[in-house]
Amino acid sequence: MKAIVVEGLERAFGDVLAVRGVDLSVDEGEIYGFLGPNGAGKTTTVRMLTTLLLPTGGRASVAGYDVVGEAHAVRASIGVALQEAALDPLMTGRELIRLQATLHGLPAAEGRRRADELLERVDLVEAADRRVGTYSGGMQRRLDLAASLVHRPRVLFLDEPTTGLDPVSRKTIWEEVRELNEDGTTVFLTTQYLEEADQLADNVGIIDSGAIVAEATPDALKAEIGNPHIELQLEEGSIADAEAVCTGIGKLMPPKDGRTVLLEVERGAGDIPRVVRALDEAGIEVASLELVKPTLDDVFVAKTGYHLEKQDPTASSAPVDDG
Amino acid sequence: MRTNLRVVRALGMRSVRQTFRRPQLMAPILVFPTLLLAIQTGGAGSAVNLPGFPPVQSFLQFMLAGAIMQSLMLAANSGGIALAVDIEMGFTDRLFAAPISRYAVVLGRLAGTAALGAFAALWFLAIGLIFGAEIEGGVAGAVVAVALTVGATVGIGGIGSSVALRTGRASIVQGLFPLVFVILFLSTAFFPEGLMVEPAKTVAQYNPMSFVVEGIREPIIAGLEGSDVLDAVLAIVGIAALSTLLSARALRHRLATGG
Repeated sequence: MKAIVVEGLERAFGDVLAVRGVDLSVDEGEIYGFLGPNGAGKTTTVRMLTTLLLPTGGRASVAGYDVVGEAHAVRASIGVALQEAALDPLMTGRELIRLQATLHGLPAAEGRRRADELLERVDLVEAADRRVGTYSGGMQRRLDLAASLVHRPRVLFLDEPTTGLDPVSRKTIWEEVRELNEDGTTVFLTTQYLEEADQLADNVGIIDSGAIVAEATPDALKAEIGNPHIELQLEEGSIADAEAVCTGIGKLMPPKDGRTVLLEVERGAGDIPRVVRALDEAGIEVASLELVKPTLDDVFVAKTGYHLEKQDPTASSAPVDDG
Repeated sequence: MRTNLRVVRALGMRSVRQTFRRPQLMAPILVFPTLLLAIQTGGAGSAVNLPGFPPVQSFLQFMLAGAIMQSLMLAANSGGIALAVDIEMGFTDRLFAAPISRYAVVLGRLAGTAALGAFAALWFLAIGLIFGAEIEGGVAGAVVAVALTVGATVGIGGIGSSVALRTGRASIVQGLFPLVFVILFLSTAFFPEGLMVEPAKTVAQYNPMSFVVEGIREPIIAGLEGSDVLDAVLAIVGIAALSTLLSARALRHRLATGG
C-alpha cells in the first residue's frame, strides 16, 4: 500500500509557481529522501502534504486520505517535525510533549506515560523539566522528533531534521530515524545533505526549481550516471603513456590536471589489479590510485547541471565509498 | 468537541504560564497600570470635588475601572503579540498540523488572555480594597466587574489576534500599543464625561471602550444598578462579534495562503 501518493501537485504564490506538477509515491514502511537546494520547493511540498498549505493544483493523499478533502484524517495519521524545530523556549520538554499529546486527543494519563516513554527514548529524561530555551540544537531536534511521535503516527514528515546540527547530533537523529522506520513508520525526509539521503533513504526524489528531476533508489540513481572510475596520480612518466596503457582496460575520461588519469571501468574494484599490472609492466610509477564511485552529487549535477551547494559537513573530502 | 475543549484549556494554561515566566510580559499588564493608578490618585485626588464629577467615595474608587480597562487592553494586545511570536517561530504550525479545530488554537490563546484579564481585575479590586476604596456592589458587584473584564479582554484580544493572524508579525501587533492609550484617553476610563471638552467628549460618548469601562465602574462606585452594565455587555458583544469576524477571516486567509 502507498503511504503517500502525489499527482501533479502545484502551488503558486502570485505569479510564482513554487511547486510545478510534482508526482511521487512512497510505499508504506519506506524512508523517502526529498533532496534539493534551498528554494527548490521541498518545504512547500511538505507543507501541502501536512495540510498546512492548500495546493493550487493537482492532488495528494497521505495515509490513504486526501490532503484537502480529508485534512483532519491526514493530520490524525501524521507526525510532523518542521524545519527549524518550532518549540516554545519558555515551555519545558515534558510540557511540550504533554501538550502534543493533548493536541492528538490522548487522555491525560496516557499523555503523561507517553511523555515519559518518549523523553527516555530520545535521552532527554534529565532535561525534561528544564525550559526548552536552555537546550542545545541537537536536544531541541530530539525533543521535536519525540513530540512528533506522541500519537504513534503512520507517516512521519521530517523537514531538514539535521540542518545546523553537529556531526554527533546528526548521527543520533539518523539512528532514531532508522529505528522508527524499523518499527514500521513511513518517513518522508527532506534534506539538503547528499550523504543524509544516501545513508537513510530507500528512495530519493530530487527536486529542483519546483519540479522532480529524478526519482529512484540511491543506487539506481548512481547507476544511471555510469560506472565507477579509477583516479591515478602519476609519480613519474607521461600522462600520454599512462593513458595508452589504460586504454584497453577501460574508457578514458577527460583529465582534470597534468598528473592525473581518469579511467572509467566496468568492474570497479575488479579492474584495479589489471591497471596496476599494466602500469608496472610499462614502468610507470603511480603515486596514488583510488576507485571513485558515482555519488548522489554526481547524480545531482547530471540532473540539474549544478552542484548542491550545501555539502554535508560530516562528509570527508575523500572519495565516497557507497558500498 | 471534547478534545477541542481540552486543547483550548491546555493552550490557555500555556499562555498564562508564558506570561508569568517572562516578567517583561507582566509589566504592561500589571506594573504600568498600577504605577499610573498610584500617580493619578496621588496627584489628582481632589478632582472629585470638581463640578460634574460623578458622586464617588474617593478618586481611587473612580480610577479602579480605568486601571482595569488599561490593564485588560494591554493584556489583549500582549496576547496578540504572543500569537504573532508563535507564528513567527513556527509554533502555530505545530498546532495547525494537529487533528483539532484550528479555531481552538485562537480560542486557546484568548482563554489565556481572558485569565490574565480576570487576574488583573482581581488585582486592582484588591488594591482598591487595601487602600480604602469600597466596592459598592459588594461581592456580586466585584463578580460582575470581573466578568465584564473577562468578556472585554476576549473581545479586544480577538482584534489583536486577527492582526497577528493577518500579518504574522509581532512588531506590527506591538505597533498597536500606542493606539491603546489613544483609545483609552479618548474614553471615560480616566476622566468623567462631564469634565471633558470637545471634541474628546463626543468621541468618548461613542467610544465603545467608554461603555465597557462604565459597565465595570458602575458596580464599584454605585452598586448593581444595571443600566451601564447592560450597555457594557452590548458593547462587548459588538466588539466580540467584530473581532470574531476579523479573526476568522484572517485565519482562513493564513491557512489558504500559508502566510
